Amino acid sequence: MSLLTIAFTLLFYVASATLLAGLAYRIRLYAATPVPLRIPTTPAPTTTGGVVRRMFFEVTLFNSLFKSNKWIWLFGWVFHAALLFVLLRHLRYFTDPVWSWVALIQPIGKYAAFAMVAGLAGLWARRLLVDRVRYISSPSDHLMLALLIGIGLTGLGMGYVAHTDIVAVKAFFLGLMYFDWQPLPADWLLNLHLLMVALLMFIFPFSKLLHAPGVFFSPTRNQVDNPREKRHLPTRSAPNTAG
Amino acid sequence: MADFETPALKSYPEIPPIEIGVMAHSKPYYAKQEHQQNIGFPGELVDNWEQVAIAKMGELVDNSRALRVFLDSCVKCGACTDKCHYYLGTSDPNNMPVARQDLFRSVYRRYYTLAGKYLPSLVGARDLDQELLDQWYSYFHQCSQCRRCSVYCPYGIDTAEISMAAREIMDSIGVGQKYCNEIIGKAQTIGNNLGLPEPALADTLEGLEEDIEDETGVTVRLPLDQKGADVLLVTPSADFFAEPHVDGLIGYAKVFHQAGLSWTLSSYASEAANFGLFIGSYDNMQKLSMRIREAALELGVKRIVFGECGHAWRVAYSFLNTLAGPFDFLDPNYPVPQHVCEVTYDLIQRKALRLDPSANDDMVLTFHDSCNVSRGSRMGNFEGGQFVIPRAVIKASCNHFFDMPSDTIGEATFCCGGGGGLLTDDLVELRVKGSLPRMEAFKQVVDEQGVTHLAAICAICKSQFSKILPYYGFEMDQIVSVHQLVSNAIVLGNEH
Repeated sequence: MSLLTIAFTLLFYVASATLLAGLAYRIRLYAATPVPLRIPTTPAPTTTGGVVRRMFFEVTLFNSLFKSNKWIWLFGWVFHAALLFVLLRHLRYFTDPVWSWVALIQPIGKYAAFAMVAGLAGLWARRLLVDRVRYISSPSDHLMLALLIGIGLTGLGMGYVAHTDIVAVKAFFLGLMYFDWQPLPADWLLNLHLLMVALLMFIFPFSKLLHAPGVFFSPTRNQVDNPREKRHLPTRSAPNTAG
Repeated sequence: MADFETPALKSYPEIPPIEIGVMAHSKPYYAKQEHQQNIGFPGELVDNWEQVAIAKMGELVDNSRALRVFLDSCVKCGACTDKCHYYLGTSDPNNMPVARQDLFRSVYRRYYTLAGKYLPSLVGARDLDQELLDQWYSYFHQCSQCRRCSVYCPYGIDTAEISMAAREIMDSIGVGQKYCNEIIGKAQTIGNNLGLPEPALADTLEGLEEDIEDETGVTVRLPLDQKGADVLLVTPSADFFAEPHVDGLIGYAKVFHQAGLSWTLSSYASEAANFGLFIGSYDNMQKLSMRIREAALELGVKRIVFGECGHAWRVAYSFLNTLAGPFDFLDPNYPVPQHVCEVTYDLIQRKALRLDPSANDDMVLTFHDSCNVSRGSRMGNFEGGQFVIPRAVIKASCNHFFDMPSDTIGEATFCCGGGGGLLTDDLVELRVKGSLPRMEAFKQVVDEQGVTHLAAICAICKSQFSKILPYYGFEMDQIVSVHQLVSNAIVLGNEH
């Protein structure tokens, strides 16, 4: 087994563990943190069913963002929707036999990669060109976009420019899953792609990518507007010790 | 007038290019030692203030899911950058909601995140030093906590929560704001923000009864501390003599009179406003709320009704049950608390009030949705009732009503520019500039529909508009109370 294979095998185990454990820790922390008061942004639903509906449209259609700015909405929504298809398409490298619906969406997923990169490019253009967004951007905000675009471009490169030995890649990942380790092709485009994916997995639980679980815990969006009918009990864990 | 330029009203609102630091000089007066100590904060900057502030920050984040999620989740997408009235009116980029949050988030990242601890410059993490503390004091007192940004954020991040936390951290190290903290002390000792003691209040109410009788020939009472009354009215103390607030108070009295309701004010809880909200202090907010519970128990009332006050209604509607409940000793047939607009609306629906809208024919009206009512509370039993009910009351009381453009009302309403504890003369430049978006929308209906007056249901909005309308070429008396319109239109007596 080559050094490269050993390195990537270890890398993906550590990256997966970091991603899962990091997210689990963060989500548990969100869930365990007290909510002292009722603060939904009103008008807000008056029933739990209404809140489920509000959250559903918030995370699928980005309702609030649509109200705010059509360009950010367009680029952001296209990126996220395309990313979803790209990720689902990649399930074919982790399932054997490939689930039929995964096979079915392969063509969509392959073209979605273009949409994903286009959406990211649009977001980056705004970050560079709009003075207000440029002002609020840290180096990490630019690098995050660079990383995602890099993942997208290397992926597209393997699909359309320089094909990699995809059968071997699938064998490598199935091997990881079933602890039956297989060699990884030494193909620089593939290796770069996987390296950046692993980096993204490491960064996820320590960065602004936490917005993904965060939105579900956002009190202004997930609270029912019924404070007069139902007394919200202050779940504060420690008294406020001002002074 | 002070040494700054009032922004020009444009016919179409524009997003200004950023001008870094142009409002860095804007700072309210610092609280004096006694103001701080009266409400449980250190009197002056504590020695190890950096450590105390950082520890306080950790404690606040550990105790507020909102704060924790908001600090983690922002992706700097820019959706909020053109939503704050203070940014639109000043062009200072630190008045963009995300940049204001980042003054706080950069410190949180530095001390409480892995990336900020080891790679601060990569993620924009900063040490909390004197320079940053000065920026905090300046820019967290340029947020009126109106929540407009939270409407547009894809994660619902509410800058109000962050500015409240920042003010609480500053209070806890001895850096407080004079206006808010002095007032909270007064409300906790005397019972109202104005420091009006019981005899003065009784005198004022008696004078108002005489005024009403002189004007209408009808005896309408404004009872104080009347045990056994059915309704306790809690109203902002500005209603006792500021203009146009007091005309609203007269309106409430006429409504109660005409509906045959027995009601009373309380000298102990003679204030609806709760500035504890503005400084993010749960304890102070709770202390002020408990006075209302105690007064209701002492007077033996069956219902609690709030007068026209925006943030007071948010605290009352959203928090009172939590802070001072349960209110199981009150009549369960009525929501606790009720807004006076809900009371009047119900009476109108039941045809229990006779209103002659032609009494307001000398005015063409529009309505300013107050931010805390619009985005932090509700009226009635349906989503969005806070927009419908005050308008229904206005329309029943006048013949000529036009709304301002739809992106400046309802949930998109612009703050008056003076909310969130900023209604003080030491911030007049900020208040004038921050009211620009509202003034532009008002001017549009003035020019196109011939609107003459702006109606509001918030004591802060009313005081703010009286002050800033003249800066934009309007008259200070173009702001009216909603219940002032009711007061003008209501037909007193038994001629149904």
